[in-house]
Amino acid sequence: MSDLNKLTLAEARDLLRTGDVTSVALTEACLDAIEGAGALNAFVHKTPELALERAKAADARLAQGDAPAMCGLPIGIKDLFCTEGVASQAASRILDGFRPEYESTVSAQLRDAGAVMLGKLNMDEFAMGSSNETSVYGNAINPWKVDARDLTPGGSSGGSAAAVAADLCLAATGTDTGGSIRQPAAFTGTVGIKPTYGRCSRWGIVAFASSLDQAGPMTKTVRDAAIMLEAMCGHDAKDSTSADLPVPNFEAMLTGDIRGKTIGIPREYRIDGMPAEIAALWDKGADMLRDAGAKIVEISLPHTKYALPAYYVIAPAEASSNLARYDGVRYGHRATLSAGDGITEMYEKTRAEGFGPEVQRRVMIGTYVLSAGFYDAYYNRARKVRTLIKRDFEQAFAAGVDAILTPATPSAAFGLGEMADADPVQMYLNDVFTVTVNLAGLPGVSVPAGLDSQGLPLGLQLIGRPWEEGDLLNTAHVLETAAGFVAKPAKWW
Amino acid sequence: MSEIDLETARKVAKLSRIAVAEADLPELAQSLSNILTFMEELNEVDVEGVEPMTSVTPMRLKRRADGVTDGNMQARILSNAPDAREGFFAVPKVVE
Repeated sequence: MSDLNKLTLAEARDLLRTGDVTSVALTEACLDAIEGAGALNAFVHKTPELALERAKAADARLAQGDAPAMCGLPIGIKDLFCTEGVASQAASRILDGFRPEYESTVSAQLRDAGAVMLGKLNMDEFAMGSSNETSVYGNAINPWKVDARDLTPGGSSGGSAAAVAADLCLAATGTDTGGSIRQPAAFTGTVGIKPTYGRCSRWGIVAFASSLDQAGPMTKTVRDAAIMLEAMCGHDAKDSTSADLPVPNFEAMLTGDIRGKTIGIPREYRIDGMPAEIAALWDKGADMLRDAGAKIVEISLPHTKYALPAYYVIAPAEASSNLARYDGVRYGHRATLSAGDGITEMYEKTRAEGFGPEVQRRVMIGTYVLSAGFYDAYYNRARKVRTLIKRDFEQAFAAGVDAILTPATPSAAFGLGEMADADPVQMYLNDVFTVTVNLAGLPGVSVPAGLDSQGLPLGLQLIGRPWEEGDLLNTAHVLETAAGFVAKPAKWW
Repeated sequence: MSEIDLETARKVAKLSRIAVAEADLPELAQSLSNILTFMEELNEVDVEGVEPMTSVTPMRLKRRADGVTDGNMQARILSNAPDAREGFFAVPKVVE
């Protein structure tokens, strides 16, 4: 069988179970694809020996009939996840050489379910970015291309999105603090879900903004997202915010029936200057859900406009605290010191050398908004606005809305380097439709829904009620089926 | 319009323990000012009587017995240190 790397998780799982394919064959197909895709710069630490070892073990488990859904399936892991004995540096120079002695809970659950890690995936440094251009490894490149330009795969999970779209792996892990799963998924024609805050353990995932960070799967289909999400979720005593709730069989909830569901269309998301193509796609998505038997209602989320500025207070504030641990003492990079340098110079030089410009900027903004005299004016005010943003959603759900449909991004993928001279705030606008979901702790999924006039993928986002990822994925499945998105990037790499 | 002057930029860099060259301070101050200006949109919101959000989901933090759950792994803990000696993390001299 050829092109095994192009299979979905569900297809490969079924072929593994019938014995028509082996995990070793699947893994070798992916490793070959990765070898041939250096131009995409998606995989930044490859683990072929480890992958083949795990594939053999998975085949043995499959032969014994002891095989969870993910058993034998080759996946990529975002560099933000600590993986035992394998470089994990959050795409930052400051973690150069760091090889964790432990495995993150999410990647351990996938490993224990038999999934085969192919290597670590490119991303924005410390997950701070929307274009994968802040990575110490250099840019990840979108496999989608319409002219001579290299396009961004989005960020921060840009390597994950590029790898899945280019069939270098069957699926990948991502993390999402303000849109870092959903925006890259939209830019690459793939599916990405950020579950409810607390669904996936954050233990062992390099922390950016702890009250916003969540891991999730990045996959080729909604069904695959359901399969992989189930394996990633679950209570973990090592994360105090991990929810002690049963994890449903998400795949079994993909009934394709959304009759009687109410889908909200938030009027505040129709922002000034929204491209006509995005608006048209959004309307089309609403029509598809209506045709499937859902009731479409206009809703209001009045504080939407303030989500982005609130996010850019809260996330840097938390980051400035979380990143205080990178001091050149316990792990990673330490600057070469001059004669007479003391410990303060060691911290300052190490952090100046180890953090890139965007990370430095956010740490300093966070430090400023938490400093004496400004804490109330910025940080506390932002947290109050966050309460109001969450309340907007609660009121919509209380009024009977089951899910909310919005565009995933304000544009299709843009060219790498095109935002280089722009103000950082311009880059932040990429997250305008996605940050609200992190602030409110809700589940959100991006589904590929069409191509723009240049031929680049566009995504729609569905936002669900807390803990109702199964219901949300079912609606996403209906949207996916109706949109019938089957386009793949033409191979140029 | 929020103005971060050079003195404030220098202070924020110091508090953040990030070395910034004097020559780079004006650009840093400008960049921080722009971001803070963007954040000032929050001043339009009426937050009178609103509690700041402290917990994303309405749950009580779990408690556990206050006991040792792990340990005895000195070598593993030191394995990634840039400078470890005699079972300790080593740093430049702190006390004169």
